[in-house]
Amino acid sequence: MELTGAEIIVQFLKDEGVKHVFGYPGGAVLHIYDALYRQQDVEHILVRHEQAATHAADGYARSTGKTGVALVTSGPGATNAVTGIATAYMDSIPMVVLTGQVPTSLIGNDAFQEVDSVGITRPCVKHNFLVKEVADLAVTLKKAFHIASTGRPGPVVVDIPKDVTAAKAEYVYPEKVHIRSYNPVVKGHSGQIRKAVDMLLGAQRPMIYTGGGVILGGGSEALTELTRMLNFPITNTLMGLGAYPATDRQFLGMLGMHGTYEANMSMHNCDVLFAVGARFDDRVTGNIEKFCPYAKIIHIDIDPSSISKNVRVDVPIVGNVDGVLRDMIAMIRDQNRLPNAEAIGDWWKQIEEWRGKHCLNYDHESDRIKPQYVIESLYEVTGGDAFVTSDVGQHQMWAAQFYKFDKPNRWINSGGLGTMGFGLPAAMGVQFANPGATVACVTGEGSIQMCIQELSTCRQYALPIKIIALNNRYLGMVRQWQEFFYQGRYAMSYMDALPDFVKLAEAYGHVGIRVEQPGDVVNALKEAMAHKDRLVFLDFITDQTENVYPMIPAGAGLNEMILV
Amino acid sequence: MSRRHIISILMENEAGALSRVAGLFSARGYNIESLTVAPTVDPTMSRLTLVTSGSEPIIEQITKQLNKLIDVVKLIDLVESAHIEREILLLKVRVTGEYRSEVMRLAEIFRGRIVDVTPETFVVEVTGSGEKIDAFIRAVDPETIIESARSGVTGIARGEKGLIP
Repeated sequence: MELTGAEIIVQFLKDEGVKHVFGYPGGAVLHIYDALYRQQDVEHILVRHEQAATHAADGYARSTGKTGVALVTSGPGATNAVTGIATAYMDSIPMVVLTGQVPTSLIGNDAFQEVDSVGITRPCVKHNFLVKEVADLAVTLKKAFHIASTGRPGPVVVDIPKDVTAAKAEYVYPEKVHIRSYNPVVKGHSGQIRKAVDMLLGAQRPMIYTGGGVILGGGSEALTELTRMLNFPITNTLMGLGAYPATDRQFLGMLGMHGTYEANMSMHNCDVLFAVGARFDDRVTGNIEKFCPYAKIIHIDIDPSSISKNVRVDVPIVGNVDGVLRDMIAMIRDQNRLPNAEAIGDWWKQIEEWRGKHCLNYDHESDRIKPQYVIESLYEVTGGDAFVTSDVGQHQMWAAQFYKFDKPNRWINSGGLGTMGFGLPAAMGVQFANPGATVACVTGEGSIQMCIQELSTCRQYALPIKIIALNNRYLGMVRQWQEFFYQGRYAMSYMDALPDFVKLAEAYGHVGIRVEQPGDVVNALKEAMAHKDRLVFLDFITDQTENVYPMIPAGAGLNEMILV
Repeated sequence: MSRRHIISILMENEAGALSRVAGLFSARGYNIESLTVAPTVDPTMSRLTLVTSGSEPIIEQITKQLNKLIDVVKLIDLVESAHIEREILLLKVRVTGEYRSEVMRLAEIFRGRIVDVTPETFVVEVTGSGEKIDAFIRAVDPETIIESARSGVTGIARGEKGLIP
């Protein structure tokens, strides 16, 4: 079948099983938009800014595990998309971004809306392509989807010049693609797995520390089974929340800079650390010199370059998290051995003592709305079953600390890059992927304004997202650092001249509710949820100077937390 | 302890492959002392040789990160086993009077050749390890050097094994 390049793109997306493409048209992609117009199978969602297209595709991917797809034009379309691409790259999210490009004859001529998209995105993609021949188009697209979704996932950019979308070629859907230089290791080495099992079974003070890799690798079920089998304590990173049920007794909460006392103390004092799909990020380890001083470390990761990057490990295992965990479970069953119950019992006694500090406690009697209370109430009102996206800052940490995620793929946030403006467009992607589900976007009055224009997209597609704005009139996390480390010199962390968010929501055709009294929080949330088909913007006027605790200051070890 | 390494990389002969390697080094703050690249006998692949230095963990990260690049087919660190290292130097020297025969003698000691002659200058070609090239340059009076061009190091492992896909 002979098709134009544009038709090949659309037909390929259909054959690849892509249902939604988030994008924004422009000169270089007009042929592609025309081909989209002439079919019904692939739905295109028109965002209001290309950054939102990539965040929406990203949210779609995070909530489903499927590859998200964005389509933008050349030049500014591509540069606007870069923040979203870098966000996905830092969190290893499978995503394919199609960027239009000026015709091949003009490349390098400083043509109108020309930018070197392949060059600009190179440091923040897993891989990228410039397609110069229409004959290569289908195979290149297949390679892009293959690379994005296998091994350690990540975004892939395919840059397509306008003349390539007009030229014709024979199209056959490439079922499979072989890339000789790309063969990610999947199966863990059995000798290493045996060593790890021995080390785990011999542990006196074990600790399981898992990250986003467990969610991306679909390893939650196996992780939960293994953790329960061993009766070991477990903590999740910011990216890994939901991989293990947060309401379970063995779960110690999040670790790291704003992690719980019990999680961080257990990390610091453990004798065997079992790291799964985590990358020893600086926000997790604190001062690397003081990190887990007594522990032997086992580390499972699909990416060899994550292993021994920041912390030397004793038993590295390269492989798919789910497969390796299942191999371990089988091996422990075969050996019919369990850890030393007495030692583990003593360890739990110590942990319960730490837990007894109730490090996440806050003032429940305050006459101001405490942000923590809003998140706790959100958890109660949604039965713990919502998809929660967030922006970046204090509200993100409170959402991570106080919304107890029992399922994977429910907590959607920009952990690695820390992109303000991520929450709302990501929520759009989540809502498209999960039409009937409750999707809440926890945000602040600073973050929400970075992609506020997407309220218009939400209106166009009638997305019933619930925006939970913790409005403290400060860039809260910046303010907190300035309070702690800059003697209260609040440089540019105060938000003056804020819009009336209720009126703003209404202007976009949504429902807006302002909440100023602690006593009104729960009812407002219930009212918002009752608006099943409407986006509701909840503007919570919160205590201005509340801080996120615990906190590990820069340069300190995990046992040196600032507590409330 | 920081040591010198020669990393030889077999990669797809595609536009942009070189900038992926170079970009990786600058983005992650690794240093490149020299870099050479040219197609192999199989024209679909290039061989890139780079000299870098760093501690063992750094070199381990460098090789892992390079392996992660989709265009990289295979790589080896040549200094891990017996290998041959070569670099070519072209050195333009101002030579008059007795100094002419001194430079010719020097070139001979280093098994170099005079490849261009004018009444005032020589161009000397010397091939060898980076160390040997350094030694030759040190032996020449710096006041007389007009310009120098070094190719950067390339290398190959001794024995039967080859760097092939």
